Order: sequence, then C-alpha cells, then structure tokens
Amino acid sequence: MSKLKVLLAASALTVVGAAGANAATLDDIKAKGFVQCGVSTGVPGFSFTDDAGNWQGFDPAVCQGVAAAIFGDTSKVKYTPTTGKTRFTALASGEIDMLARNTTWTLSRDADLGFTFVGVNYYDGQGFMVPKALGVSSAKQLDGASVCIQTGTTTELNLADYFRLNNMSYEPVPIETNEEARTNYLAGRCDVYTTDASGLAASRAAFDDPSAHTILPEIISKEPLGPLVREGDEPWGDIVRWTLNAMITAEEYGVSSANVDDMVANSDNPEIRRLLGVEGNMGEMLGLDAKWGYNVIKQVGNYGEVFEKYIGSNTPIGLERGINAQYKDGGLIYSPPIR
Amino acid sequence: MAAIEQDSESFSLGQLWSDKRYRAVVTQILVVAGVFLFIAYLATNAVQNLEALGKTFGFEFLWEPASYDINQALIDYNSRSPHIRAAVVGFLNTIVVAVAGCAFATVLGFVFGVLRLSHNWLINRIVYCFVEFTRNVPVLVQILLWHGIIVHTLPPPRDAINPIEGVFLSNRGFYVPEPVFEPAFWSVVVAFLGAIVGMFFFSRWAKKHQEATGQIYPVFSIGVAAIVGLPLIVFFIAGMPMSLEFPEMGTFNIRGDLVLKPEFTALWFALSVYTSAFIAEIVRAGIQSVSHGQTEASYALGIKPNWTMRLIIIPQALRVIVPPLTSQYLNLTKNSSLAIAIGYMDIVATLGGITLNQTGKEMECMMIVLLIYLSISLVISAFMNWYNKRIALVER
Repeated sequence: MSKLKVLLAASALTVVGAAGANAATLDDIKAKGFVQCGVSTGVPGFSFTDDAGNWQGFDPAVCQGVAAAIFGDTSKVKYTPTTGKTRFTALASGEIDMLARNTTWTLSRDADLGFTFVGVNYYDGQGFMVPKALGVSSAKQLDGASVCIQTGTTTELNLADYFRLNNMSYEPVPIETNEEARTNYLAGRCDVYTTDASGLAASRAAFDDPSAHTILPEIISKEPLGPLVREGDEPWGDIVRWTLNAMITAEEYGVSSANVDDMVANSDNPEIRRLLGVEGNMGEMLGLDAKWGYNVIKQVGNYGEVFEKYIGSNTPIGLERGINAQYKDGGLIYSPPIR
Repeated sequence: MAAIEQDSESFSLGQLWSDKRYRAVVTQILVVAGVFLFIAYLATNAVQNLEALGKTFGFEFLWEPASYDINQALIDYNSRSPHIRAAVVGFLNTIVVAVAGCAFATVLGFVFGVLRLSHNWLINRIVYCFVEFTRNVPVLVQILLWHGIIVHTLPPPRDAINPIEGVFLSNRGFYVPEPVFEPAFWSVVVAFLGAIVGMFFFSRWAKKHQEATGQIYPVFSIGVAAIVGLPLIVFFIAGMPMSLEFPEMGTFNIRGDLVLKPEFTALWFALSVYTSAFIAEIVRAGIQSVSHGQTEASYALGIKPNWTMRLIIIPQALRVIVPPLTSQYLNLTKNSSLAIAIGYMDIVATLGGITLNQTGKEMECMMIVLLIYLSISLVISAFMNWYNKRIALVER
C-alpha cells in the first residue's frame, strides 16, 4: 500500500522532478483548475471525510482557503491522503502542490528535505495517552511499556530521545496511520499511544469510552504544525502563507464569515480594507484577484471560526485555544501586517 | 584453415549486415549498447532532477545516528546507532522471517501435498479446501488476518495464558524460558559434535558393509539415537550444567529475552501457510509425475513400501519438485516486504521506511533495498540450482 506509494513517488521523482520543482506552480494550478492538497489519512477534527465523502477539518480548511483565494471557490481542491511516511515524497515529487497535514516544522525538513514551511496553524507538543486502568499518572512511570507510534514522524525520534535520556526502556510498536494506532491501542497491543497532544485528544474523542483514557501531563516536545510547500517557487509559497495570515488577521480584527460583507461596506480600518481588497492592491501583488482575502473569509472563515468549528471546546475534540490563542489574548497566533 | 583465410581477405563492411554470422553479433552489440544508453539516460535524468530539487546524491547519511528504536533487533542496537546499523537490523529481520518461513512452508507443503493424495476421502477433501482457500486469498489479507487474530484474541500480558511454568502466551508475544549455560556445558556441545562426526563415519562404513555383504543397518534410527542420546547422557553426567531463566511479569510487560513478537508470528504464519498451499500442489504434481508402473516394478522386485518411496519415488519426484520450489522460496522472501503493513521491522520498514523518511534520501535508500532483495534472491536461486543439480537424475 504505502510502500507502493513510496516506490511510485520515487519513480515519479525521476520523471517529473525537474518539471515540478521550479515551474510556476500557480500557473499550473490555474491551468488544471484545482489545488492538489496532501492531507492526513484521517485524524478526527483535523482531517476527516464527512458523510458525503468530502474532506473536512482544521487542515483541509487551509487548502480550501487557498482554493478560495485563487479561484473564489472552496470546492476546487483535490485531496491526496498521505501517511507520515509518504507525505514528503508526495510533495517533493510534485504529486501534490501543498501539504496541510499536522506536520512539524523542523530545521532539517526546511533546509535538507527542500520544503518551505509557510507558517504555523497549530502549536502542539507530544504527549502520552494511557488507559486509566493502568494507574499511571506520569510519563516517568512508563519504564518497560509498549508504545504505539506512527513511523516516519518527529514523535518517533522524540520518543527514542525521551526514554533514553530518562534511562527507561520501552517496546516501540510501529504503525502507519492514526486508525491503526487506535485499533492496536484499544486491543491492548500497546500500553501507551504517543503523538501530538492535539491528535491524542482527537483520537480519544472518537473512542467508545473516552473517559477510560487519560492524557499524561508531560509534553515532551515542541511541535509547531503548519502547511508547507516545495522549496524553489516563492510566489506560490507566498500565496499559501498569506492565505493563512489572512485568516489569522481576520480573527484579530474581528472579521468573520458572518460580518465580512458588512465590513466591506462599512469598515474604515485600513488593515481590514486592505485585507478585503477594498483598498490597495494586495491581491495583485500575490498574482491573485483583488477579492482574494474577502473570498477566504467569506467561504472558509477566520482562524478562530475554523478552530471552533472543527476542534474547539464545543466540538467532541474539545481543545482549548491555550497557546493557540491570538497574541493579544496571550497566545502565539500572530500574523505579520497585511500592508 | 584455408576457408578462414579466405574470409578475412574478402571481408567488407557491408558483410557486417549481410553475412549471417556477423549479423548475429552486430545485432547483439547494438541491443546491449541500446540498453546501456537507456540506463545511462535514466541515471543522468535522475541526477539532474535531484539537483533541480536541491538534493545531493550520496551515502554519507548512513553513518549519521538513526535516532529511532527498533523492537526486534538480533544485533546490539539503540537509537544512537547509525542508519547503516538500523539497515543491518532490518536486513537480519528480513532474513530471519524468510528462512523461518521457507522452512515452515516446506514442512507444511510436503505434509499437505502427501495428504492431498490420501485415499481417505475426508482428509483429501479437507486439504483440497485448505489449498484452494489459502492460495486464492491475497497474502496481504492473510497477514492482516493473522495479526488481527493474535492481537485481538490472545489476552493482554497481565492475563497471559500460562500453560506450563515459564511459558506465556499473550497478545504482546509468546515467551519461553531462556537457557543459561554454565561453563561445564561445553562437554555437551563436544558430545553433540562428536556424535555427528561419529555418525558420519558410521554411515559410510554401513554403506560399504552393505555393498560388500548385503547386510543392512538401521542407520537413521541409530543416528538419531546417538546425536540426541549422547549429549543427553553427557548432560546428566556433567550434573545438568544449564539453568532456565523464566520470564516474569513486569509493570507493563512480561520480561524475557526469548520471545516471538506478534508481528513476527503473524508474518511468519501468514507467509508459510500461503506458500505451503502452492508447495502442496507442487509436491502432489511431483509425486503424480512418477508413473505407477515404477511402484509396481519395485514391489515386484520385493522392495518394501517405505523403501520404494525413499529409493524410487522421491528421487524422481524431486526432479519435478525442486525447480518450481525455488520460485516459491523467492516469492516468500519477496512477499516478506509486506511486513510493513503490520509493523514488522524488516529492511523495507527500517531503511526503506523510517530512514528514508527522516533523511529524505529516496533514491539512495530504494537503491540499497533493491540491491539487497536482488542479492538475497540470487543467493537462494544459486543454492537451489546447486541442490537441483545434485538431485537431478543421473543418466547412465
């Protein structure tokens, strides 16, 4: 399955690599009429398929935002589900245009793998989930445990470092997808499931009995998750970057999908007017329509709306904003000015 | 001699094509050159594309620390070991499951193949159904099925099935006591090796004796008795210089070093059972290929039934069995790469999986994996071809 994908992607690399790397991605996308977006194979709240089979969630919302900015139509996205292992090859080979898949921004991925992270849409950290019945209250008590872990992720490396530095032993149980992890964890193949804390909360929400499982207090890593594109096409990276920033800025200034029309008509805040394309030529600078920002907010919503819709405290996932609040509310979510 | 001289004198360039003898060579040279040009084109294309992506081609990454852990390592390994060591661990895991799989598949296959020829209708039909079911379900599905069965039906370690002291059966693995050898154990090893050497000479002597006098010794029974019995006797005389270390329950897991992990067990069973169905058919075909007249002739000469099987039928059947058996071994070895589906850490999962992902060296990793599978397959082929030659019917 995924092995085949790696092979296909590796062979694709030899064929389409040169074409995909430096050509103007935006022109290609306009020509083919849709954005090809890599997402995960399924994490409740973050990326999942709805009843109609359409991809929804916190990560696909970024793809939809980009489609709205380019085409003014959120439906012009095609999704490629990728595993932790296949995602980078898919992006490097040009199989997908962008990757919005709870992917951690690290130096080596940025510099060595040849990708550009355009921003952070969720500040996360790696945690541990255990059944309450085990009576474990700290990750320091996990010596000798079996740990389910998605292969090809930074969590795999953090886990090895954490247990080594704390002189503890463990049995890694490598798995491919979140769904497999859930099956193995619930079947008792492993005592502990470790991934980003947000992913743990999301997985737990989908269990039959979420209250029987607890997430340990230790957060053992920094996991800034964000969308990324191939290196070498800066104008395309800019579009994805500023789509995300537009959503963040909109929340900061109180622009939402509900009041965006009103704002276009009545707002005299120049930052809002530039964002919505009423004044200035921001869209033109990006190679987009002047109303790109308006389309993103109108059709997808601002950052806060998307957060609350898919993963916020009123959803089954139930994540608090925490450090993912706007900077003015004491969080880390911050957009450079749109001017 | 004269004809050759005449040829070389009257050689013209056009002859390269018009003369049948030269044409054969020329076309071959052209085809080989074409193939090499194509490969060279692919290689330069790949290198150029990698350059365009800003990637370098090289194998230095193999000496960087791997930074990930592997749950089944036959050699010393930890997360600080280099990628190359992780690759070796994966390679050994591939070899282990391939060898164990081939051995088990052969045993199962021969048993089923013989049972398939049974005159007992019930046994015959049961094996028939088994063979048809097994070889018509994709092996990946069978791997997932076995893994599911082991993980979901066996109890967790705390409630592990404990049939006899020191043996635990759980969904985290199958634990057995580990033997701890004391220094005096070498005497048992010496006895064992001595028995083997002794039996080698005894069987040679028995064969000569039989050829000279016609008297037959039960070499096989004596051999088994000596090779098993002698070390046992020495073991007890030396005062049982070996103790067993029992696995014990830890906080989370049973602690013990001799363990079959569910991933290994599932993969091993699935590959063996799947391949055994094919081997059963090959064995059946082999036995049926020996005409019944051979058996009748043998009986007419007064040779006992089991001797008939050993001396007349099997040597002729093996001629038919061994070549397709080689293909089955190759298939099993290559199918072991499906290990990745259940998280068995073979060469595809380590070097072709995590290392590839963490370092981004797709080309390099896949090339190494490809070469490794190619080498394993060629070694198996070479061995089986040697064996085939050995058992081939010697025509007199």
